[in-house]
Amino acid sequence: MSAAVLGVAQARDPQARARAGALIAAVVILWPLLVLAEFKPWALFEAGNLKVMGGFLAGFLPPATSVEFLGLLLVATLQTLAMATAGIALAWGLAVPLAFAMTPSLSVSRIGPGNALRRGRALRGAARMVLVFLRAIPEVVWALVFVRALGLGPAAGVLAIAITYAGMLGKVYAEILESGDTRPARALLEAGSGRLAALCYGLLPGAAQELASYTVYRWECAVRASVVMGFVGAGGLGQLMDQSMKMLNGGEASTILVTFLLLVQLADALSAALRRLLA
Amino acid sequence: MDHVGLVHPNGHRALRQVSLRLAAGEQVAVIGPSGAGKTSLLRVAGTSVRPSDGRVEALAVNPWQLGARDLRRLRARIGMVHQAPPIPPRLRVVTAVLAGRLGAWSTGRALASLLYPADIVGARDVLARFDLADRLFDRCDRLSGGQLQRVGIARALYQRPALLLADEPVSALDPVLVDAAVGQLVAQAQATGATLLASLHAVDLALKWFSRIVGMREGEVVFDAPAGEVGPTMLHDLYAAEGAALPMQGSGPLPRVALDAPAPTTVVPLVRPGCR
Repeated sequence: MSAAVLGVAQARDPQARARAGALIAAVVILWPLLVLAEFKPWALFEAGNLKVMGGFLAGFLPPATSVEFLGLLLVATLQTLAMATAGIALAWGLAVPLAFAMTPSLSVSRIGPGNALRRGRALRGAARMVLVFLRAIPEVVWALVFVRALGLGPAAGVLAIAITYAGMLGKVYAEILESGDTRPARALLEAGSGRLAALCYGLLPGAAQELASYTVYRWECAVRASVVMGFVGAGGLGQLMDQSMKMLNGGEASTILVTFLLLVQLADALSAALRRLLA
Repeated sequence: MDHVGLVHPNGHRALRQVSLRLAAGEQVAVIGPSGAGKTSLLRVAGTSVRPSDGRVEALAVNPWQLGARDLRRLRARIGMVHQAPPIPPRLRVVTAVLAGRLGAWSTGRALASLLYPADIVGARDVLARFDLADRLFDRCDRLSGGQLQRVGIARALYQRPALLLADEPVSALDPVLVDAAVGQLVAQAQATGATLLASLHAVDLALKWFSRIVGMREGEVVFDAPAGEVGPTMLHDLYAAEGAALPMQGSGPLPRVALDAPAPTTVVPLVRPGCR
């Protein structure tokens, strides 16, 4: 702006100053945060600490392979998979209507804008608040609550995953739908189509891949989250891990970790296959 | 439209004091340099933007006084051919065309049609008018830009609207196909008694197919006259800012092209298969 006023040819990027400012602001904000979080990575490499960690990790070898333990592991793995899958399915059922309500590009009242703009905004805001509430409370807290009500076992984990993950799925679904090309849906709404039809004909064809891979990724997260919930008694691999750690049986713990590695691999392959299918 | 003005949220004034009345079944072309407000005019007529001032009626009702249900019914009777066809690349051609009737269909029928197309014959018939019947089950990302634009026109025709709006409907088409496509729009309007309002870039095309021409510049209607009365002086005034030459589709009188002109055979995929 000032360069133009002075009549100087614009040979410099007018955004350079703003970008430098943002960079400096980021450093100024991040530094005190690191101090506050007691971030001292060099402490890892002090001789005493290395020895302690090394001793801890050495206890993990060799992995446990007794038939009895592998039997327990199989049951726990199936329980974890069931918990994660049932939880995600319930979460999906809760997240889809909320995301559908929240996506601005499926809003009829925004066209024009129409008379019901305020009401539409309020509804979208309400859906957003519900999603925030659902995911604001960590799943392990929900698990603690439900373990009290339902007793020890995977049922508490299923409900905990369903609630928290509904909040995450709904928010990200709405954002994925909004970040693609939204003109097709809008054009359909402008031609009198219903919102659900506009979603299916206008937004889903472009977003299906992203939605599928995010859902599978969340399923993977649910498998991992079930460990933490196992620690509070919600069954599955987590509970097994908890027992092994308490008995200082590192070999069993490392076998469980290998199982996790395989499960994450499985989720990855599933996601890739779905993406190919929807391409 | 009565003294309609439109100011975009960014402060740009797209329309000022535009008054325009179309009789039912009338066919009108809007011409003018780019940035004249042609698209804004069509969007106001199509109830997709609310005018900042003035009054607008579409199909004899004020859309902005209607309840949600009535507004949706009204919009189902208004068809718009967009300059860039708003069709997701992964949709099949048949689905893209059938989407034209979503306003008339129930949600259940719309969803069932995604599993098995509800009206294959209807979609094929309307595509045949654009020589695209053989592409019925291809995905839209396998079509060229011109083919996709014709699919967009086919969708609007399949909708069978009472008010048919077309925003530069032939901008991506081969010169040979342009005439045929505009001819199809006009023929549909005549056959169904629909009112047709089309913005066109090529002056000769407008003069050839339309009986009434509206000239626009800088958001204002400069002239509104029967095609026979539109003379070179009016046109040169309209396009004064764009230089001496008028935007034309072809030189001299356009050859009457048979409506079944061959489609271009080269297929340029808009999205590479490997792209996400």
